[in-house]
Amino acid sequence: MARLSYAEAACAALERAMRDDARVVVLGEDVGRGGIFGQYRGLQERFGAGRVIDTPISEATIMGAAVGMALAGLVPVVEMRVVDFALCAMDEIVNQAAKARFMLGGQARAGLVARMPIGLWSGSAAQHSQSLEAWFAHVPGLAVVAPATPQDNYALLAAAIACGDPVAYLEHKELWSLAGEVAEDAAVPLGRAAVLREGGDLTLVAWSRTVHAALEAAAQAQRRGIGVEVIDLRTLWPWDRDTVLASCARTGRLLVAHEAVRVGGFGAEIAAEVAETLGIRVKRLGSPRIPVGYAKPLEDEARVDAARLLAAIESFG
Amino acid sequence: MARIRAFENAAEEASRGGVSAFGAAAAAAEVRVRGPLHLSTGQEAVAAGVCANLAPTDLLTSTHRGHGHSIAKGASLERMMCELFGRANGTNRGKGGSMHIADFSVGMLGANGVVAAGIAIAVGAAHALRLRGERAVVACFFGDGAVNRGPFLEGLNWAAIHRLPVLFVCEDNRWSATTPTAAMTAGEGALARARGIGVDGLAVDGNDVFAVDAAAAALLSEVRAGGGPRFLHAVTYRIKGHVSVDAAAYRDGKEVARALENDPLALAAARLGETEVRRILDEAQAEVQRALQVAAAAPWPDRASAYADVQDTGAGRWLG
Ligand SMILES: Cc1ncc(C[n+]2csc(CCOP(=O)(O)OP(=O)(O)O)c2C)c(N)n1
Repeated sequence: MARLSYAEAACAALERAMRDDARVVVLGEDVGRGGIFGQYRGLQERFGAGRVIDTPISEATIMGAAVGMALAGLVPVVEMRVVDFALCAMDEIVNQAAKARFMLGGQARAGLVARMPIGLWSGSAAQHSQSLEAWFAHVPGLAVVAPATPQDNYALLAAAIACGDPVAYLEHKELWSLAGEVAEDAAVPLGRAAVLREGGDLTLVAWSRTVHAALEAAAQAQRRGIGVEVIDLRTLWPWDRDTVLASCARTGRLLVAHEAVRVGGFGAEIAAEVAETLGIRVKRLGSPRIPVGYAKPLEDEARVDAARLLAAIESFG
Repeated sequence: MARIRAFENAAEEASRGGVSAFGAAAAAAEVRVRGPLHLSTGQEAVAAGVCANLAPTDLLTSTHRGHGHSIAKGASLERMMCELFGRANGTNRGKGGSMHIADFSVGMLGANGVVAAGIAIAVGAAHALRLRGERAVVACFFGDGAVNRGPFLEGLNWAAIHRLPVLFVCEDNRWSATTPTAAMTAGEGALARARGIGVDGLAVDGNDVFAVDAAAAALLSEVRAGGGPRFLHAVTYRIKGHVSVDAAAYRDGKEVARALENDPLALAAARLGETEVRRILDEAQAEVQRALQVAAAAPWPDRASAYADVQDTGAGRWLG
């Protein structure tokens, strides 16, 4: 057990994976100096520039080369800085990594972990503040992971590296300094949600940073007599239907919340699945369909915070 | 150059503690410039020397480190500062901030948050000028790091096969975030690459504004004469960290000290009279002070404007 930041936890998981498995390598911009968020700190010193590979600003080739490395037997962890820059590597993720195993008739697989942080990054405006998890969940062949805590960032990164599939690993741009206890032996399998708070009136499903706002809103709702069960989905693909459905069957109401734009968001998938299966009332909360503005009032308009969550919870009546 | 330096210094001061990536300080009230601020301090001669040869009708694309290019192209310091402060009367109405400053009234088509993205946009703008029969040209600024992205090859090739009126300007400050670009760039450098694609050009000391001016003038006259695209490789140095709060501890202090001795403003000042220099610096300082005052008093954008200028088709309040 150690107290680590979200960035340090990921770094520790990576260090352990690299120690245990010589096939694991890291590639991306600025990784040699520890990454601009410190999420690779000390790794090049420890494992050398041969395994922690500094790259040019060449996102398409970073991702494409990772696919090639994977097909040739390595397990690459790919640094994309933020998901917004991973858009420069979409062909390599969607047409190459995601489809290789199937198209090649199972002869090989492109197991890699693409670290592409999502979320609103305060003051960074429209090209650095997107949450595009739904795009990746839509692509057959990819696993999609979005950890909310240091513990999960440790355990899920380890699971992602071990799983052998291409993984869209979506940390949050503003959680890097979040500190928490991390147990090295606490394994979290991909596809398993966590019930963070129990409650009988409503199920609230969230992931990534929205989990923290959800817990805040649930505590406030409790004071108003509404029992909210908070589920951190943790993995978006595959998502933990069993846990969500079991909770919804008890509470009879579902609210899904995320930072991503609500229209076409992954919340719609969960809400639809639950409504189809249980026939209960469902609601979604997400950002309005606007790019994130630079000025604080504009940015706040796009933000899904505890106040908005509480209003959505109360709107069930 | 003096106006750019004064602007960058003031912006840096106003951003202290302001990058959320490095803490929650961005939300603090006294931080007036939020988010990542990429300063062009020490690189002023490239912007000034090139843009001295552009007319208001000429177009320009820029990068995340774009304040100098905007100022040199004629954008108002006041409206730029308002944009950095996130105010409604900023160049972009508070929507863009430092990384997206644009001023179409002076042909400045935009900074960009994505490395090398401006290259293709510049090429397209030049293609449009050609198709519309206009005589203007496009100046396309990008950093040394951008030459390793695909749009560099694709954009230069496009400009060359169509003989488009573009001056590509590689503003080589030696660094790409925490990485020395030379370690990540094969071959003989940016100009050699451009020549390999059939785009000829010149290399110049990017801290010598007179040299940049002369080289840009020569190249732009060839571009304007219909000779197709040209390339300027201007070598300078990023005196500050990658963003304003980056102390750049990853690089050798001696390297920075050497660069400081080669300050483009001091080099230019040495060729002017002392009183002349004093007057220029004072005027720039006064202009920036006024801009700061205007920006601090300027109104915030109202929240409704978050929904404006998204799109016409399917516009509306698609609330969360
Ligand atoms: C496609 C893309 N990849 C990565 C980044 C992150 N990034 C921002 S600036 C920068 C360094 C750019 O170096 P250079 O082009 O030399 O410009 P400089 O910052 O030195 O002015 C990087 C890697 C980005 N904005 N866009």
